[in-house]
Parts: sequence; C-alpha cells; structure tokens
Amino acid sequence: MTATSLVDFQRRMSEDVRRPLTADEEMQTTLADGRTMSAEAERYVKANSRLSALERLELYNRQYWFRIIGAFQEDFPALQAVVGRKKFEALTIAYLDAHPSRSFTLRNLGSQLETWLGANPAMAGRRPALAIDTARVEWAYVEAFDGEDQAVLTAEDIAGLNESSRLALQPHVQLLELEYPVDDLVIAVHKGRVRAEAASQAMQGVAREPRHAIPQVPKRTTYLALHRFELSVYYKRLSAAEYAVLQALREGETLGAALALAFTAGAVEESEQAGLVGEWFHNWAELGWLCLPQNSASGKMDEKVKR
Amino acid sequence: MPGNRFNAFQDHGIGIGLRIPHYEHIFSRRPVVDWFEIISENFMVDGGRQLKMLDQILDQYRVVQHGVSMYFGSAQPADREHMRRLKTLVKRTKTPWLTDHLCWGSVDGTYTHDLLPLPYTWEAVEKTAARIREVQDFLEIPVAVENVSSYAEFHDSEMTEWEFLTEVVERADCGMLLDVNNIYVSSMNHEFDPMEYVNFVPAERVAQIHIAGHTKFEKYILDTHDHPVIDPVWKLYARAIERTGPVPTLLEWDDHIPSFDEVHNEALKAERFLRQPVQGVNEATAEIAEAGARR
Repeated sequence: MTATSLVDFQRRMSEDVRRPLTADEEMQTTLADGRTMSAEAERYVKANSRLSALERLELYNRQYWFRIIGAFQEDFPALQAVVGRKKFEALTIAYLDAHPSRSFTLRNLGSQLETWLGANPAMAGRRPALAIDTARVEWAYVEAFDGEDQAVLTAEDIAGLNESSRLALQPHVQLLELEYPVDDLVIAVHKGRVRAEAASQAMQGVAREPRHAIPQVPKRTTYLALHRFELSVYYKRLSAAEYAVLQALREGETLGAALALAFTAGAVEESEQAGLVGEWFHNWAELGWLCLPQNSASGKMDEKVKR
Repeated sequence: MPGNRFNAFQDHGIGIGLRIPHYEHIFSRRPVVDWFEIISENFMVDGGRQLKMLDQILDQYRVVQHGVSMYFGSAQPADREHMRRLKTLVKRTKTPWLTDHLCWGSVDGTYTHDLLPLPYTWEAVEKTAARIREVQDFLEIPVAVENVSSYAEFHDSEMTEWEFLTEVVERADCGMLLDVNNIYVSSMNHEFDPMEYVNFVPAERVAQIHIAGHTKFEKYILDTHDHPVIDPVWKLYARAIERTGPVPTLLEWDDHIPSFDEVHNEALKAERFLRQPVQGVNEATAEIAEAGARR
C-alpha cells in the first residue's frame, strides 16, 4: 500500500462519505465505473475483527447523510408538507448531492435551494411554483432569524431626511414577492418549533417530520416581509406599493426615486399619497426596519449617502 | 499539583454544555454552575436570539468555547471567514481558552460536517500542527485540541492515535482537551487498551477533560452523548486526573437531553476525583469493582 498525500486521502474519503445512500440507507455497493465499493474501501480503510472496511466507511457515509438531511429537514418542514414526504426525501438527496455544504455552518445548507428548484421543477412535486414559494419563505426565515441588527434611525436622522436621502433596511428584513400566499401555511407548520443547535456527537438516524394536512392555497400575488422583532421572527404582508418602496430603498435608490415607484400605477389618489407614506414610515420606524446605509468597505456610516 | 501554562485554569472546576432546552431553567433559577461550554458555531451569527441569550449567560457565568468545524487536520488552508467570525466571538465571550477537534472535515471547500479521523502520518502531524499554530496566533488565546471518537482506521497510519496526538500538540505547542469517553469508544472500536492511551499522553498539556455517555451496538460503539457516563469511562477519568491534577472538566450531553438538574448532577460526579485525585481513583476503583460484582 503506497501512502497517499493527505489532501488526496481527504478527497477520496470525502467523495465516499458523500455518496448517496441506497433506499435502505446503506452504502452503495457498486460505483459508476463498475468497481465495487468494498474494493474502494479496502484501498484505504482497515477492517477489524468485527467490521469490514466497507462497514466502517459506511458508518461515516450514513452519519453524513443523517446529519445533513436532518438539518435540511429542520429548515424546510413546510416544503416537505407541500411536496409530500417521499418526494421531499428524493428532493433533499438530489439537492444536497448537487449542492453539498460549502460553509462551515449547516445554517447555510438551503442557500441554493430556490435556484435549484427553479432549474429542477420536476423535483418540486405537483405544484412546483407553490413549492418554490414555500422554500423561499422558509429560507427567508433562516435569514431573518439570525440576520444582523444595525442601529435604527434616530429622530434626528428622520428629521434630516429629504428626497435625495438614501436609507437602508435592516439586514434581517427579508422582502418577498410570491405567486402564492404561503405564509399562513408556513406559520402553521413552523408553530412551536425551536431551531436546533450544532453538537459534536454522532447521530443515529433522522427524526420523521409529522404529516401536515395542507389546505388548498389559491394563486394570488403576495408581498411579504419576514423580520425579527424582539428576537422573534414575524411575517408581515405588504401592499404592492409598500413592497416597491422597500425594495427600491434596499437597492440603494434615493427616497424620492423609491416613492415615485410606489405611485406609478396611479392606484392611489394623489391626495392620499402623503398620508399613506407617513403611515408606512411610521410603521417601519416602529418595527425598527430602517437604518442608515453603511460603507461596506469600512463598516462606517457613509456620509456621502447619509443625507 | 500546580497549574501550568496549559491547565492554569484549575479553578474552573466542572462545567456543562449550554443547550437550548436548559435556557428557561438557567434564566429562571440561576443555578450555581462553575462554567458553561458553548459550541462556537451556534453563536457565529450576525444577530438574533442566540447572541442575546449568550449575552445574558455571559452576564452571570464563565463561558468556554468549543468548536466543531475548525478541522485542524484538513490539508488545505483554514477558511478565513470562519476564523474572522470565531475571533469576533472570542472577543465577545472572553473565553480563557478555546477547543476544537483533532480531525478533518472539509476539502476543496466542501464540508462534511463530521469529525473525520485522520491517517496518523508524519505529513498529517506537520500540517495539523501548523494549522493549530496558525489559529492560535490569529485568535491570540490558548488552543487545546480534542481527540475524537472514531470508527475507522487507515492503512496509511504510521503511528498510534496517542502517539499522533502527542506529536501534534508538542509541535503545535498547544494544550489538549482529553476526551476520556472518546478514548473509550475508540478503544472498543479499534481494540486497544484505553489505559495505555491515558498513560501515554503528556499530562502537563491537558487543559480540559470531556466526559460523556455513548451507545453500544453489537459490533461497534457510537459516541452519541445521550447517556450517563459509564464506570469504565469514570475509571479512565480518575486515572487522567491522577496524572494531571485538577483540570476543568465538562460533561457533554447533546441528544435526548434530560433536565438541567439531571445533567448537572451527572457532571458533579466528577467532583470526588477533582478534590482528591488519588483518593478519588481508589474510591472509583472500589465502586467499579463493587458494581461489577453485583452484575
């Protein structure tokens, strides 16, 4: 047996540990090139008196999948309810096989899910658009749960605003334009859940998600904000105009340009616009959504865009 | 036995892992606990509930950070974003030392989120020690590395695990988090004498000890952290303490987590060894013999 370089050893083992399990949650026995998995395992893993090289490697293969499937299921229980348990299992394995974790934290496992589902609608069950909306809301929940809190606007900041001012939204505020009003469904499935923590022990299996009866969800364009208030994540429906203003502010538009976007369709009488804007800003300020833009390079307030 | 630069925190006594199911008990009852160990990765976030809870804990308790994804043994350079976030957390907690595992878990930017065992080679010794030194220099606090439980051994290995661990900590000039349950689990899975391991490692580098429970299957043992500590593990702990003197000790209980009091009481069983190491060994040995005779 020739010694392998450490990095080559790790590439080989990582590939083997991440091979999808069989339907019986066992390690595959044959590789795509026709070699047996036993022979592959014996190349670098020792057998002992009780376990073959394959069986020892299989322990890690199973742990890998149990751990990441468990973490993924925990973040997307409503998606599982929408697509059904069996299809969700297939979706999970296909997605995680295509997008293994690229982060030191399991928190980011679902970061590519929306894009992947969009490219693989056949994996998203009978109502792919509903499934994608659900996945978007559940990922937004992850982002809102532990997103950054920046200093909110002070009364002095607000007094100094004019139409050329630029504002920012709290990083934890997530804005979504959805085809379906899936927020009620997600809230119902998430009720009473506590996000799990990382730990250093092995896992023995993946807990089964209870079945949820999914009501009919009619298609209706819905604007939604997920945000954190006093440490809890809330879901707030927005009007189209409100969404447009918030989205424009997030994208760096001036206050004047953002507000102009809100009333382009003429849906709001001109006489009502000022009152509506006042009401929005009052609500957003109360919820602590508004803050000043930061210079991303220095982390300091960017004085040029502040006013 | 006096403290030294690796176990100079003898007054830390016995800690337990900070876990979400115990938050309510901790905040409402404010139990007396020597210190809490936190899993660093659970708090390397930008905001939200976890950080708020941590700040409340820090107001009242000492906290030591334990990581699960630094992967000292990964052959490629450390993730700078991970290091940056870890240092931010270190400043927040003021952890007196920091621990993570002697293992690998990522390659080419892909993470397995597991504590994978290393081949015990000289190349691995050099690369792992270099990574530990890099992390220690960057974080500017003492680092101690933990032996992992494992289920596989490799043809490439050129030494025993305890020789490998010793070589790594000597070359990195770092401390050691000796997990006596992991030693026991690996000894059963790889058929070696766990006491030989405990007797071999450099006692003066043991900065902290982990104790935990595990799950026995027909052909192997899994390190599940979901049971009380068994007597053979207490025996290893007793011997370790006899060699090291009082060392901060932490009970890990991560799954099927019982009440706070149950976890804390299990951890406090270590007290008899910490107070008088030699007497503790004798008592423990007698208890184990008695328990064996009853079975």
